[in-house]
Amino acid sequence: MLKVRNLSTGYDGVPVIFDVSFEVREGEMVSIVGSNGAGKTTILKTISGLLKPFSGEIEFLDKRIDRMPAHEIVKLGIAHVPEGRHVFGKMTVRDNLLLGAYTLESDTDIKKVLEEVYEIFPRLKERENQKAETLSGGEQQMLAIARGLMSRPKLLLVDEMSLGLMPILVDKVLDILKEISRRGMTILLVEQKVQEALEMADRGYVLQTGRIVAEGTGKELLESDLVKKAYMGM
Amino acid sequence: MLLQIILSGILVGFVYSLVAVGLTLIWGVMDIINFAHGDFLMVSMYTVFWLYTLLRLDPLASLPIAALVTFVLSFLTYKLIIKRVINAPGLTALLATFGLSLFIRNFAQYLWTPNYRFITTSLVTDKKLEMGSVIIGIPQLVAALGSIMMTFLVVWFIKNTKTGRAIQAAAQSRDTAKLMGINTEKIYAVTFGISGACVGVAGALLATFFPIYPESGALYSLLAFVIVALGGFGNIAGALYGGVLIGLSEALGGFFLGTQFKYAIVFLIYLLVLQFRPKGLFGW
Ligand SMILES: Nc1ncnc2c1ncn2[C@@H]1O[C@H](COP(=O)(O)OP(=O)(O)OP(=O)(O)O)[C@@H](O)[C@H]1O
Ligand SMILES: [Mg+2]
Repeated sequence: MLKVRNLSTGYDGVPVIFDVSFEVREGEMVSIVGSNGAGKTTILKTISGLLKPFSGEIEFLDKRIDRMPAHEIVKLGIAHVPEGRHVFGKMTVRDNLLLGAYTLESDTDIKKVLEEVYEIFPRLKERENQKAETLSGGEQQMLAIARGLMSRPKLLLVDEMSLGLMPILVDKVLDILKEISRRGMTILLVEQKVQEALEMADRGYVLQTGRIVAEGTGKELLESDLVKKAYMGM
Repeated sequence: MLLQIILSGILVGFVYSLVAVGLTLIWGVMDIINFAHGDFLMVSMYTVFWLYTLLRLDPLASLPIAALVTFVLSFLTYKLIIKRVINAPGLTALLATFGLSLFIRNFAQYLWTPNYRFITTSLVTDKKLEMGSVIIGIPQLVAALGSIMMTFLVVWFIKNTKTGRAIQAAAQSRDTAKLMGINTEKIYAVTFGISGACVGVAGALLATFFPIYPESGALYSLLAFVIVALGGFGNIAGALYGGVLIGLSEALGGFFLGTQFKYAIVFLIYLLVLQFRPKGLFGW
């Protein structure tokens, strides 16, 4: 579904991602794990079009998207839940969700997907008319994911769901992600929490200072020496 | 007499509010001060004037046309000028709008001479409303009511329409707005357009009782800037209150100190507020 080939990119001409290749197949949950500053966010931004590649190709559903503006990539079916949530704090929960559905044309579609999303996140329905900035951190993360689902994406990019959440909440948002995946959504998750991310993923990639240094099923990676040594302190 | 002064101050204040709402909207969405804002107002006045002179259209009838003209003018200002400088560092965008302002003024002078023009026989000209000792000019009353309506129309649009929500989103975070599938370039241009329509409406309403000349807009640029600073940059409600406040202080200052000092009072208030509440009266 998504193919990234020999991608190099960075900021202001300074590269931070070097020759990265990976793919995500339909229905999969794929994790890219790596520590602080490895370049996970940078990769997601490049896929969703906020950053342009220096070189390499990104293909989504057999279409080159690496030169497309971000708003058109959304229309093709990629939703990006950004790191740090970035909900629209001054707007209500409902307005945030409606913005998520910005690319949908018909009002009946929007209503329907809003109901679906409220079914997954009943908490958000209760808070419908509350300003997003007044939600708790966990609720804001839910809102960010829900907003991502509103565009009816085929591929969901999720950046660091667990950031700044209490462990109990981390489990909760990860459960929700699993549920969304079980319903058939293709998901690319990037995470610092290596163990959790690899446990739930079908496949994973390990990113170190802008390069992919290992790949395999979640299980293989968890059992590999590299992951054990570098990320689990074993 | 004092009541009269207060009333006329409030009425003109609502027109100031509308002009300031247009200016603060652009700041709120893309952090740009448009120095040519008042000059769009002048263009609107001339639009109304020529439609009146050549086609005998009443200013109130040509108001939508004038608003459309300034919408397009302001929209194109984004597309042709601002877009190229919006990401440039520091004062580039500011200087660009300053240059545009000078250009529009001089071009107007070239086309239409610096002479004062007046619209002397409109529907509202010389009509008055007398309530005891208080006399209100109908042109001023219509200008105030029209400005209030346009202000609320703009607020309603931003709060309740899809494009309005996109404008709010782009104002809060450009990148996140893009991730929603919003074409931020288009939204910026539309925001500029709406801002232009605000002064377009204001200009058409003012044209029945203000002289029309190439520098007509200069004062409005300046006052709108003061109001936006008072109300808090990007704060639409703040611009609304700020406009009325400035209208009032101008009228009262003129009354108590003499008309030649009325703007001195306005700027004194501005300086004082900046000293004690640098984010504006309503901007916390
Ligand atoms: N806007 C930016 N401008 C310049 N350099 C940046 C910018 N954003 C990130 N970088 C640099 O790019 C590198 C990769 O950053 P990135 O945010 O992609 O890492 P990450 O893996 O997402 O880290 P984290 O787990 O902390 O979120 C870092 O060295 C960072 O300093
Ligand atoms: Mg990151």
